[in-house]
This record gives sequence, structure tokens and C-alpha cells, in this order.
Amino acid sequence: MTVNASTRQTGFLSRILNTISNNEAILGLIFVLPSLIGFTAFFAVPAVRSIFISFTEWNLLRDPEWVGLANYQDIFADERFWRSLTITISYVLWNIPIQTVLAVIMALLMNRVSNSAIFRSIMILPWLMPNVIVASLFLWLLDPTLGIVNIVLDAVGIGKQGFFGLPDQAIATIAGVNIWRHMGYNAVLLFAGLKTIPTSLYEAATVDGANASTRFFRITLPLLRPVLAFVIITSVIGSFQIFDTIAVTTQGGPAGATRTIIFYIYQEVFERRISMGTATAASTVLFLILVTITLIQNRFFRSDRSDLAEYS
Amino acid sequence: MTSITQTAVKAEAGTASWAQRINIGNLVVWILIGLLLFITLFPFYWVVRTALSEPSSVYAYASDLLPHNATTFNFERVLGMIDPSTLVGQQASNISPGTLNFWIFLRNSIIVSGLITVGQTIFSAMAAYAFARLKFPFRNLLFTIYLTGLMVPGIVLFIPNFVFVRQLGWIGTFQGIIAPTFLMSPFAVFFMRQFFLSLNRDLEEAALLDGSSKFGVFWRVSLPLMTGPLLTMGVLIFVGSWNDYLWPFLVGRDEEVRVLTVALSVFKSQTPQGSPDWAGLMAGTVVSIVPTILLFIFFGRRVVDSIQFSGFK
Repeated sequence: MTVNASTRQTGFLSRILNTISNNEAILGLIFVLPSLIGFTAFFAVPAVRSIFISFTEWNLLRDPEWVGLANYQDIFADERFWRSLTITISYVLWNIPIQTVLAVIMALLMNRVSNSAIFRSIMILPWLMPNVIVASLFLWLLDPTLGIVNIVLDAVGIGKQGFFGLPDQAIATIAGVNIWRHMGYNAVLLFAGLKTIPTSLYEAATVDGANASTRFFRITLPLLRPVLAFVIITSVIGSFQIFDTIAVTTQGGPAGATRTIIFYIYQEVFERRISMGTATAASTVLFLILVTITLIQNRFFRSDRSDLAEYS
Repeated sequence: MTSITQTAVKAEAGTASWAQRINIGNLVVWILIGLLLFITLFPFYWVVRTALSEPSSVYAYASDLLPHNATTFNFERVLGMIDPSTLVGQQASNISPGTLNFWIFLRNSIIVSGLITVGQTIFSAMAAYAFARLKFPFRNLLFTIYLTGLMVPGIVLFIPNFVFVRQLGWIGTFQGIIAPTFLMSPFAVFFMRQFFLSLNRDLEEAALLDGSSKFGVFWRVSLPLMTGPLLTMGVLIFVGSWNDYLWPFLVGRDEEVRVLTVALSVFKSQTPQGSPDWAGLMAGTVVSIVPTILLFIFFGRRVVDSIQFSGFK
């Protein structure tokens, strides 16, 4: 009898476990639960809370006070906010076109000469490095007097450049640093896209007398479009959020020339004043800009559809 | 398939007429590739070269291709093997007097990235499996909401998360640094779900027919098949958290929890204005990138493959 009681108990427990492990709905919810807690606490709630804070005046010391749209009026009247937007856009315009063209060239080169994984691995090495490291590395390479780049430029007669230290050059320099860090990564993505294009298309085009540039613009580029769209959209979104490199190299200077939108927000909270309201208002504006850009780009690239479907 | 046949064709062409392949076009291609390799690798060389140079020679011999009077002095310095007080007034003025102990920061980085990697990989994989294979209430709605999380810029979340972590009293603690990414990231869930979806269903269905429970299928069939992608995801998460700067900078500036990226920026801001301690800074940089390089040597191929995979959502 006593033996029976204990087996009945374990039997009961294992039956519960059995039910759970066989019931998809319960098992599914248990599997999702930890991530749901994380998502709720650190993604969903803060996203909503951020919008709420943007309608309040709050310096972390006293309770938030509802002020309606005042924060938005505040930043829209702030010349520094508009300037930070202009600087961010000029950064994106320096960054994305050059980076994308270089990545395409790199991918074509990889595709032409080798399938070597070692070469591709080396090309993603910069992308694996922390922004902070890459930034301090280039700070040294581009140092106005001692940097090797300036020493070489001086030797070949171009003369030393200010790079990070010059208001006119700082943003382009930071863009250059990030082009160095990201082009190999993007090239690897594009290379994988090139591999999906059937060689038979090129053979047929060659038979029909198409030259290299026709083949590139008529076959490669259109069929690369979905991957290219992915690369450009993710790069643009990342590019708008440039911060680490600036924090290490110029800290928004010289003379505010590299105060991008994230740096502006950062200063609103942690440096210039403790204004949670205006900072979250600016970050909401940034979010809306990014959503708009993504939607426009998606439509422009029709990134969800591949032209390859029409061939195969 | 195409790539295999392509290489086969190329190899054939190579044995047939090797001389023909060295035409002007190929030469240009190789020169360009050489240039790209140089641009990619030279900065790394220059960091090592500077880190091995004597601090005073950094200025006098700025253009020497090899380290001048090669020394491990800088590494000993950033690894805390030399008492900082003996450095004051010694040699040139360009030596950072700040207390340096990269061992602590290295330890902190390993703790933070290790915990985030383990937590995020396990919990994201569980969620991903549920989204890919299990039917439960609100599944599709929940997944769509997760996906929108991919779109939200970090800074939107950083401010309220900072407030939240501050309310929890977790500023300056490890749990404060790891909290936002320990349980999931939308990208990891999305990425793992793609992998689970690409798994062959036949094996799972066979196991179900053999009387295995749903959980048994996950544990004994799906998970073992996923070790490769799980490892890849783990490497990507590790590299991502290792490289993270803004969040640990906001939450964990105290020395006991300071991670390498934050430590480097603090070290940089401590060096004397005008004549920064380049040799020390570069030695710190080398120390910080060694773990990434090691990961890269062991898993580089895997990371390349996963980047290519992530391009095809």
C-alpha cells in the first residue's frame, strides 16, 4: 500500500509533465515566456513609456509633469536640433553611397576570382571590432601631426589634413571610418546574393552579344536587388544612429560639427541638462524619420519580390 | 551547386591554359584585391606596431614601419603589472597616469558578454522554436509585435530603460548591464526561427509517430540538429555584446563593472591633452581585440556563412 502511494504520486507528477510536454499550447507558452518577459520589460513598455515621457517635463529628481506638446515645440524651435538633423543627413550621404558602391565592387571582385572563405573572413574582420576600438585606432592613424596617414600625405605632396579636428572634414572622416568598418560585411552579404544568380543567364547574354557593362546593368544589378535593398536599408538605419565613433573621437566637435541626432539626444539627458522630455521627443522624431525612410525604400526597391522568380 | 560546377570549370580552364588566364583584366582584379586586403589589414598592423613601441619613440619615430626599440612595457602597463606611481615623471610626459588594470575590465567584459550570450541564446532559441513549430494562442500576433521591436532605434529604448534600471537600483551593477538583452533580442528570435523553419519536418514527425512527446521531439530531435546555428548565434551575440558601448557606458561606469569598451574610452579621456598616450592606448586596444580575434579564428567561417544567411530573410 505504501509503495503504491509513492508510485501514485510520481505517476501523478509525470502525468502532469506528460500533459504539458504533449500540449502544444501550454508548451508553446512556456517556451515563449522568458523572452516575453524580456520583451515586455525592455522593449514594449519602454517604447510606450518613451512616448509618454516625451509629453512631460522631467529631470529625474522631481515627478514628471504633463506638458503636452511643449517638448516638441521646444526642440523644433531649437536651432541645435535642426543642425543635428542636417549633420546626421550629411553623414548618411557621405556614408551610404560610397560604402555601397565599394561593397558592390568588392563583392564582384570576390565573385570573379575566388570562392575562398579566407578572403571573405578577412574582409569582415573590421566589422567584428568594437566601434570604440575602430575609432581610437583611426584617431591614431589620422592624428594631425603623428598619424601615419598624414605623414604619407605630406610625403606625396598633398599635405597634412585636419581630419577629425577640422569642422569641414570631421563628418566625412567619421563616415570614412565607418565605411572601412562596414564595407567588407556588406560585400559578404552581396557576394551571397551574386551566388544566387544562375550562370546560365550570363552565358545566354554573352551568346547574344551583351558586353560586360550590359550584363552588369541588365542582369547582375536587377537580380541583386533584394539583397541590395536589405544592405542599403539596414545600413541607412544604422547610419542614422551613429554615436560610438563620435563619442570617442570628436565628442560632437569641433564647434558642434559632428553633433548628430543621437549625440544631441545624449547631451540633452546626460551632459547639457537633464531633460528627459526633450530627449525622448527627439528620439520619437528620429523613430518616425526611420520608419518613413524604411517605407519609402521598401517601395522603391520592392525588396520583398525577386526578379529571379520570373526566370526560374 | 552552381558554385561547385563553376569552380570545376574554372579549375579545368586553369589546367588547360594557365597562361591565358593571366590577362590584363585578372591582373587589375588581383591588384584591387591586394589593395583591399592592405586597407583592411594595415590598421591592425599599425596598432600592434605602436603598442610595441617605446612611448617616447612614438613621437620621434612616427613613420618607422617597425616598432622602435620594441618593448612589452606598454602591455605590462595596461595589464597592471607596473605600479602606476612609478610611472609619474618617468620617461616622456605622454604616459597616462590613470590607474590601468585591463585584467579587471577583461574579466568584466567576459562576465557580461558570457551571461548575455548564454541567456539570450537559450531563451531566444526556445521562443524561436515555439514560433516555428508549436501552435499556441496569439502566436502570430506576438511574433509580429516582436518583429516591430527590430525597427525601434536603440536610443528610444535606452532612456526609459535607463530610468527603469535606475529605479531598480541596478546602476553600476552587472545585472543592470545585462538586463535588457539577457532574456531575448528580437533579432536572435527572428534569426533562430528562420533556422528552425528550414529544418526538415520528416524527422520530427517520425519521432512523434514513434510516441515521442512534443517536448521530446524538441529535446532529442530538433535541438541536436540545431547545434551549428545555435553556436553561430552565440558567437554573433557574444561579439555584439562585447562591442556594445553606449549602454554599459550609461549604466556601468564604476570600475568594478566597467567593460573593455568603456574602459578604453575612459582611458583615452584620461590621457594628457595634446600629447595622448598612444602607445598605452594601442596596447589597450590590442588587449581588447584579442578575444574577438580568437573567436574569429575558430568561428570566422561560421560567422561569414551566417551573415550570408541573414541576408535572405
